[in-house]
This record gives sequence, C-alpha cells and structure tokens, in this order.
Amino acid sequence: MIELKDVSKTFTLHNQGSAVIEVISDVSFHVAPGECVGLTGASGAGKSTLMRMIYGNYLTQSGSICIGDLDIVQAEPREIIALRREVLGYVSQFLRVVPRVPTLDVVADPLRALGVPADDAQARAKDLLAQLNIPQRLWSLSPTTFSGGEQQRVNIARGFAHAYPAMLLDEPTASLDATNREVVLSLIEGAKTRGAAIIGIFHDEAARARVCDREIDVSVFTPGLTSGSEAVGQPRESAA
Amino acid sequence: MTPLLSVQGITKHYGAHIGCADVSFDLYPGEVMGIVGESGSGKSTLLNCMAGHLVPDAGQVVFDTRADGPKDTVTMSEPERRMLGRTDWAFVHQHARDGLRMGVSAGGNVGERLMAVGERHYGDIRGKATDWLERVEIDAARVDDRPTTFSGGMQQRLQIARNLVTGPRLVFMDEPTGGLDVSVQARLLDLLRGLVRDMGLSAIIVTHDLAVVRLLADRLMVMKSGRVVEAGLTDQVLDDPQHAYSQLLVSSVLQV
Amino acid sequence: MTDYNFAYLDEQTKRMIRRAILKGLAIPGYQVPFASREMPMPYGWGTGGVQVSAAVLTPDDTFKVIDQGADDTTNAVSIRSFFERTAGVETTTATTEASVIQTRHRIPEEPLTEDQILVYQVPIPEPLRFLEPRESETRKMHSLEEYGLMHVKLYEDISRHGHIATSYAYPVKVEGRYVMDPSPIPKFDNPKLSDMAAIQLFGAGREQRIYALPPYTQVVSLDFEDHPFEASKADHLCGLCDATDSYLDEVIMDDQGGRMFVCSDTDYCEARRAAGHKGKDAA
Repeated sequence: MIELKDVSKTFTLHNQGSAVIEVISDVSFHVAPGECVGLTGASGAGKSTLMRMIYGNYLTQSGSICIGDLDIVQAEPREIIALRREVLGYVSQFLRVVPRVPTLDVVADPLRALGVPADDAQARAKDLLAQLNIPQRLWSLSPTTFSGGEQQRVNIARGFAHAYPAMLLDEPTASLDATNREVVLSLIEGAKTRGAAIIGIFHDEAARARVCDREIDVSVFTPGLTSGSEAVGQPRESAA
Repeated sequence: MTPLLSVQGITKHYGAHIGCADVSFDLYPGEVMGIVGESGSGKSTLLNCMAGHLVPDAGQVVFDTRADGPKDTVTMSEPERRMLGRTDWAFVHQHARDGLRMGVSAGGNVGERLMAVGERHYGDIRGKATDWLERVEIDAARVDDRPTTFSGGMQQRLQIARNLVTGPRLVFMDEPTGGLDVSVQARLLDLLRGLVRDMGLSAIIVTHDLAVVRLLADRLMVMKSGRVVEAGLTDQVLDDPQHAYSQLLVSSVLQV
Repeated sequence: MTDYNFAYLDEQTKRMIRRAILKGLAIPGYQVPFASREMPMPYGWGTGGVQVSAAVLTPDDTFKVIDQGADDTTNAVSIRSFFERTAGVETTTATTEASVIQTRHRIPEEPLTEDQILVYQVPIPEPLRFLEPRESETRKMHSLEEYGLMHVKLYEDISRHGHIATSYAYPVKVEGRYVMDPSPIPKFDNPKLSDMAAIQLFGAGREQRIYALPPYTQVVSLDFEDHPFEASKADHLCGLCDATDSYLDEVIMDDQGGRMFVCSDTDYCEARRAAGHKGKDAA
C-alpha cells in the first residue's frame, strides 16, 4: 500500500550561505494493508521528516514514494490533494484549524470534503468525540482554546473520521492520559483490522510494541549529522 | 479531466517595467490556488489579466465555458467576456466598496447579477437575495439597508454574496481579508472555505498573507518581480520552500 | 428680423444637427453626440430642444411650445417668441394645428399625427447615470445591451416604497434594444411614446446628445413580472372640463386645504370647455 524506493531528501538553506543538509538518504521499505510500521530513532534522526515526505508535505529529491498507484514524488498537486482527501490520512502533532470553527465541524470536515451529507458526517464526528471523551459542552466551541491534550484528541478524531486506506500517525498517544491512550490504541487496532496500512511514530514504547508489526530505525538512513548540530536539519515549522 | 482554467504564458509590461512575465498554470474544478508575493511582485497584475480587467501583452487564459468548452478569454469578444464576468466568474475586491454599489440596498446589490442575466420577478429576486444574505451570515432584516450602514466585515460578506448568487464556477479574489480585523478575518475565511466546498468552486486568491493561503488554498504560487519562482502544494511550499525567495518569505513571518 | 439666419442657427450647425437627428432616427433610442451650441438662454431652459426645433423648422411650419402641458408659462412663451422673432414662423397653442411641437415634461393629450414632430427638452439623457456615473461605462453597457442595472433602480424603488415609485422619466426600452430616458414626462405619458404616428426627437443641450423615435416605434416601459408598469394619474376629474382621461395638475387654492385638479394640457382643457364640457370647479 505504501512503498518507498531509494528515497532521499536534502534541505538547501539559501538564506544561510546555501548550506545543503542531507537529512534522509536511500530509504526503501513498504507497508502492506493491515500492517503498522513504527519509525524509530533518536530525536533529530528524521522520523517526522520522513513522514512528512510520505504525506507530500516535504519535497522529495529522488526516489519514489507510492501510495497505492500514485507516486507522490512525481504527482501533480491536484493528485496529491485527491489522495489526501480519499486515501491518505495524517494525524500530525499539531492541530491547525480556522479559528472559531466549532470542534464538531472540524472533525466532520474530512467527511464533508468527501461529499458525505452534513448530518452523517456530524453523527460520525459526535461518535468519535464521545469515544475520545471530549465533553459534549465543548463540541460547539472552537478547539483553538482547548488544552494540549484536548486538541490532540480532536486532531485524532479528525484523522480517524474517514476510513483512510493509508494512515500516518505522528505521536498519536503523546500527552494523553491512560484512558484516552487506550481509546487511541484501539482506534489504531481497528484501522489495522479494516486493512489500513499505517506508519507511526511512537515515543511511547509500550504503545509501539502493542500496535506495530515492525519497526524501522530511521537513523540508519540519516547521513552523518553536520557540525554536530542535530537541530539544523529540521527546519522550524512555520506557524504561518 | 479538462482544466477549468488554463493560463499559458501570460505576460504584461508597463512600459519597460515587467508587470508579470510568462506565467502558466492549470486550475482544475474545485481547486483553490493562492498567489503570494510582496507588493509589486505582479500578483495583482496577473489576477487582473486573468479576470479580463487588463489585456495581457502575450499569453492565453483558456476557460472551459459551459456552452462551447475551452475558449481563450483574452481573444473572445468583449460581450462574451463580460457575460462570463457576471455569470460563471466572480471577482471579490479587497475593498468591498470597489465591488459594491454603496448607494443601493443590500438586496439590490445581491440581486443585480440576477437581473443582469434576465430575472424579472421582484419577489424571486428578493427571495434569493435574502437567502444569500443568510448564507453569508447577514441578518435578513438588513436586506433593505445600504452597505454604508454595514461594518467592514459585513460589507465584505455582502460582496461575496453579490458575487456568488449566480452560482459562478471560478472566483477571483484580491486580498479578500485585507483590511479586516483579525477576528473578522477568521470568520470570513471559514465562510469562504464552506462556500468553496459546498458549491464546488474553483478560486484564485491573491494575498500577501500566508496564513490565509494555508487555510484556503490547495495550491500556491510564489511570485517575485513578475515571475513565478515556485509553485506546488500549499503546505509543501510553506513548510519546505525550495526557492531562496520563498524561504525568505516564509521565514519572515512573525510568529505569534 | 434680418440680423439672424432663419431660426437663429447658421446653416452649417443645422446640417450638423440634422445629421445627428437622422442618425438618431436610424438607431431608435441611441444617444447621438452632437456639438451643442451656446444658445441665448441658460442651460435647463431647453437649449437642446431649441436647437433640434431650429434644425427641423421650415418657413411653412406652425410651431407650438408647451411647458408641463401649458402654453402660457414663462418658458413656453419665451421659446415661442424666440422662434417668432428668429424664424418668423406661425405659432399656435392648438395641438392639432401645430406641425412642430416643442415640449417640456408632457406629451399632448390629443393624439399626434404623421404630419407632426414632437421635440422634447431633455435634462439628463442617460438613464443609467443614477447608478453608474462613468460615461465610459454606461456607453459600453448600451453597446453591449447590459441593462440589469436599470432594473436595480426599479428594485430599489419597490424595496423602499412597496411599489415602483418612479413617476416621471420612467425608463423605457426601444424596439427591444436601447434603454432610453423619455425625458421627465410623467409615466402616465409613457404609453403614448409607443406606436406614435409623429416623429419624436429628444435634445439635451448641456449633455450634447440627441436621440429619436421614428413613427410607430415600439416603446416598452421596464417593469417586473410581479410589479407591472402602470400609467398612473391622480384619481380625479378635471375641475374645469370634467375630463376623466387626462393628466391632472393639483392646484392649491388657499391655505385651508382647498385644492382642485385641472388638466395639465391647457389646450386640451380649453378645447373641451369650448365644446361644452364643464367641471365642478368651473366658474
């Protein structure tokens, strides 16, 4: 379902003396339907970078990344947009939403984008928010004012609203209490059962052990870090 | 799939000065494209060339018309282009007063495009106008008030209603949230997102506000000195910009 | 009076105006620009109408001038005497006897014939100006037949007053093509514009525009399906001649609320009284 071949990535920092930083080189692996693969490696090893490359968020310089039949390295923007709408889900560590949009609409949004009628989409959203123990009184409020843990759960609900055949999960259990962690893990297990191919980053080792069928150590693909600085290879995410 | 709009080699000079040079792209149905760049980068010139407000020196703007399929709007007859301008195309100006008739009631503003395409039943026109006011979250009781009595945000929403009432397929927007308070901007962005999704609109949004394109646009073009220096998926261009200028632009945004 | 050329204007100017008139007649409702001359009267007193009249008058014509329907107001008397002195033509107050009638704000009640020319004085020839002040844009709207804006004006009327409150200078569409301002005649007169036997010429002096309706031109007043055009008048009889079918002026008689309604067309009223009709206020 997800197949990477000889994938490499460099960052060229034009405004910092055109420094070229190799972050990933020659990654190849594949994830089958129903399989969950955990990315491991030290902080700065490029786990999130690799995941963002698979999502098309970061540009891949060489190699191919196929999701189903589509090679997102070569794909047109509109093909990637369609892929993200229908096939490839992504739960990032940050919730990015239009301010003032009610939580219920935030969660229902991916389904609405697929043309699901508003009522059905909201019903699914309500079900997920209830499962993730977001109090009903918060549903009509914008998640921008929520606590970190609440925002993370809204993000997960949104990510699981549609049954994507492929999913990328970046720290889905971080900052969650035991109860909600359990809910998230069972959502992941449910997705696997229905045949989703999943790539995840879990610092939570127990969680990783429970849901991941395999682990891939990303440090193996990380070229020698330049001048001892790990952080330079990770451009700060723009809050724009 | 046929692109809704196919722009090829659009070039516009102002004397020796380059307005925009050799811009090409395809826009597909339902896509929203953002064009960013600093003041003077040529993004407004490009928008006005595409929307038929300026005549480009070279290039084609091919629109997939309902009746005759793809047609170059630069060379089509003026009546035909103006007809597009009040049916399948919409243009949202930065300043609502440029896009509204300030001496005409809200209902008359929304109804104008309907009357322009031949609707002649007052009750129907007023009904549709009222319906559209509600869709853009303006109290229907304000239908007979003039836009001069509206707040800036309401005026901008009225302008959007006035533009969308004929069910256009392509909307050009020039800094649609510029000059509005931040809280009003958010409301407008949400409204636009919903309308784009529900009506299946394609849109081209010119702005210098990267936050606006991140929330509204699927695709992004970065312009500098009249040329496109980078284009791609919005989040990819913003999070992993390739060109030196795009990197500068993204890194120059103040963090809150 | 030999100091002036016949009908005041020099022959070159008259030829220029006649060309504009012919063009106007060829394109009914289209505003033809013309080089309006300075006339020995202020703008707003009918300089456009006077120039058109001067261009069409011949020594054999009989000339009549009405102002708001009346032959005896200052404006009407002045213009009539102007042509008496500069053209030496016969003048009359009788509609049926006139071959050229210059008018401000009315169409005579008596149906006109193929042997007559009706010349309107026009203050603002552009019907779209109310909503679109740019002349470049309104000319384009005319040329491309983009007339939605005209209905916006009527829409505004209904939304504000519950009905189309425009009661004069009511916009019309000519032969299904040009939208035209009929000059500030009451909308009661609009139906007379259509299918009229006489030639109708419109002159706007300050605005330098001439437009025209050839005989038997179709002229339709704009409206909405659910708010159709109505040629309205005061719901009274003429106090002097008892006419039921004429446009009436309201005349305040005293400061006690006394008033009477009389025909605005003085010739029509007088002719009826001469024929024996008598209204309730007639002495």
